[in-house]
Amino acid sequence: MFAQFVLALREAGVPASITEYLTLLGAMRAGVADYSVEDFYYLSRAALVKDERHLDRFDRVFGQVFRGLEAAAEGGDGGIAPRDLPEEWLRRMAEKHLTPEERAQVEARGGFDKLMETLRQRLAEQQGRHQGGSKWIGTAGTSPFGAYGYNPEGVRIGQDKSRHRRAVKVWDKREFRDLDDGVELGTRNIKLALRRLRRFAREGAATELDMAGTIRATAHNAGSLDLKMVPERHNAVKVLLFFDVGGSMDDHVRASEELFSAARSEFKHLAFFYFHNCPYERVWRQNQRRRDAMIPTEEVIRTYGPDYRAIFVGDATMSPYEIATPGGSVEHWNDEPGATWMARLLGQWRRSAWLNPAPRDEWGFTQSVGMVRQLMEDRMYPLTPGGLDEMIRELSR
Amino acid sequence: MSGFKSTERYIASRDLEVAVNAAVALQRPLLVKGEPGTGKTVLAHEVAAALGHPLLEWHVKSTTKAQQGLYEYDAVSRLRDSQLGDPKVADIANYIVRGKLWDAFEADRPQVVLIDEIDKADIEFPNDLLLELDRMQFFVYETRQTITAKHRPVVIITSNNEKELPDAFLRRCFFHYIRFPDRPTMERIVDAHYPGLQRDLAREALTVFFQVRDVPGLKKKPATSELLDWLKLLMIEDLPAEALRSQDAKLVIPPLHGALLKNEQDVHLFERLAFLNRRGG
Ligand SMILES: Nc1ncnc2c1ncn2[C@@H]1O[C@H](COP(=O)(O)OP(=O)(O)OP(=O)(O)O)[C@@H](O)[C@H]1O
Ligand SMILES: [Mg+2]
Repeated sequence: MFAQFVLALREAGVPASITEYLTLLGAMRAGVADYSVEDFYYLSRAALVKDERHLDRFDRVFGQVFRGLEAAAEGGDGGIAPRDLPEEWLRRMAEKHLTPEERAQVEARGGFDKLMETLRQRLAEQQGRHQGGSKWIGTAGTSPFGAYGYNPEGVRIGQDKSRHRRAVKVWDKREFRDLDDGVELGTRNIKLALRRLRRFAREGAATELDMAGTIRATAHNAGSLDLKMVPERHNAVKVLLFFDVGGSMDDHVRASEELFSAARSEFKHLAFFYFHNCPYERVWRQNQRRRDAMIPTEEVIRTYGPDYRAIFVGDATMSPYEIATPGGSVEHWNDEPGATWMARLLGQWRRSAWLNPAPRDEWGFTQSVGMVRQLMEDRMYPLTPGGLDEMIRELSR
Repeated sequence: MSGFKSTERYIASRDLEVAVNAAVALQRPLLVKGEPGTGKTVLAHEVAAALGHPLLEWHVKSTTKAQQGLYEYDAVSRLRDSQLGDPKVADIANYIVRGKLWDAFEADRPQVVLIDEIDKADIEFPNDLLLELDRMQFFVYETRQTITAKHRPVVIITSNNEKELPDAFLRRCFFHYIRFPDRPTMERIVDAHYPGLQRDLAREALTVFFQVRDVPGLKKKPATSELLDWLKLLMIEDLPAEALRSQDAKLVIPPLHGALLKNEQDVHLFERLAFLNRRGG
């Protein structure tokens, strides 16, 4: 019966694994949970959830499953004893829901976990591409999942012809919404991207032998070797971030904010600012409280020296007036056009770049993107690990 | 089951007790997260005290490498000694500097090891410790020794969430997220630290404290540690409870607010809000 619970958790997107399930069983055996439901709840939570963002999902599943468990215990049917190994239930489940051919396919792809993982990625990617999402993951012939169907209620594993079989739900509807935010995709990407940023922050980090210093000191010592090291030049890079907030950009802003926040400790200096569509004479310090935390752009320019790198994050999608003409801003009356302000910012921070969350091949369709790109002298990069790489290469020059 | 329990000094919720005891029973690391100042570091001290084990603290910085917890080979000293003709130089073992985990592994009785703020280190740090924490052993290449734990230590790891930790690492840990204490719990914590504190001063102070925490947009919300510092100041200054009471339940700048608001911007924000309130009222 615990197995069902773990399965339910995974279905709800809490990435509990067999290792953790076994740990939980071990702790039960060791008597940690004291045979009270409350302790069992705490114990299983400590064993199965590793991220506070998943705690709420856990609670929901726990509630559901426990109601079911009690019912099952009374009926005496279908309850699985704790000693049953999870491999067992995985296998059983596979038997129940897959044809032999499908099982072979699953094995060939690295097993059930791998399949779920890949499916999830596919989904996230597809969600990213078309808002609203199409109904099927890939089509036969172009995708290894041609044979597997997906519908908004969950993921169904099985050939089209076996549609009558019960669907194995991976997410219930709510979790699916989470996924739609790109949460999974975000975190996955962010790990990759973070590594790149870190490398960026740590330019020239390693301890090095100071050749000249060593020779000087050794000579001074009458030939006795005296090694000199150059101290780690840690976290030398200073960065200013300007995020476009408002409307369509919010999700991406959150993702990239998260990304840079995660890397925060790596940078010697990292400051965040917010703008809407295009920077004008003022920016915000805080995303949420725009009215309170406004700050003149002039002041930002005065405060942060030219040794900073400026990174703008935005889709650069707006009416051309918002860039080119006074009063073009959608939010307030701007005396000077956005382009003038961009030029000022770029004059102060020669090393700068623009990260665009929209895919590169869509940039050409929007006039304003072209205008911003021109202002940026082409230093616009897609907000992907690869794009970050390009940006870092540019900013490190 | 005995083991770790809430004490007079340290208020632990039942879920924290269970998490600690599970980690102890199964000899797996316990990862503790939570807002700064919610007692993550102190927890390790309390666990050590409760189990009667010594505590070894390993505070992680952005430059800390996993290897430093095992041992370091001090090649530079050796080179220098060789230049000076020191006989020590013949034995490489003289230049192996033990780390905290080595100390813990070799100790004659079980230890509690605190790996504090693991998220400060490079992203590879946790990965580099996977095997060592799993098997509680490691190999010293220079001397060809295998160091194996005589007693598996209780490992407590804290994180402030600056970085995501790798999945493989997480799978091996128990996890506990310290939720910010609610008011009754906070009252108990305050009581644990200042048993003699006047009732009404404590009450007013907690009201102000939770009010301050509710101000939106604060960069650094005051946490338990700030509250405790502030209370201490209030006691030293011998302020009466009335000094904290605002007539109309409106936000005012609390006396000695420097202990609560550490961030200059937060102080500004607060002053502005308090000013608006006064004017508005
Ligand atoms: N539950 C508690 N019972 C008693 N004292 C507590 C409790 N929680 C926090 N404190 C007190 O709050 C202070 C801060 O605790 P501690 O330094 O362990 O926090 P932390 O979570 O490690 O913070 P940081 O993330 O900043 O390192 C300590 O003085 C500690 O005694
Ligand atoms: Mg701490």
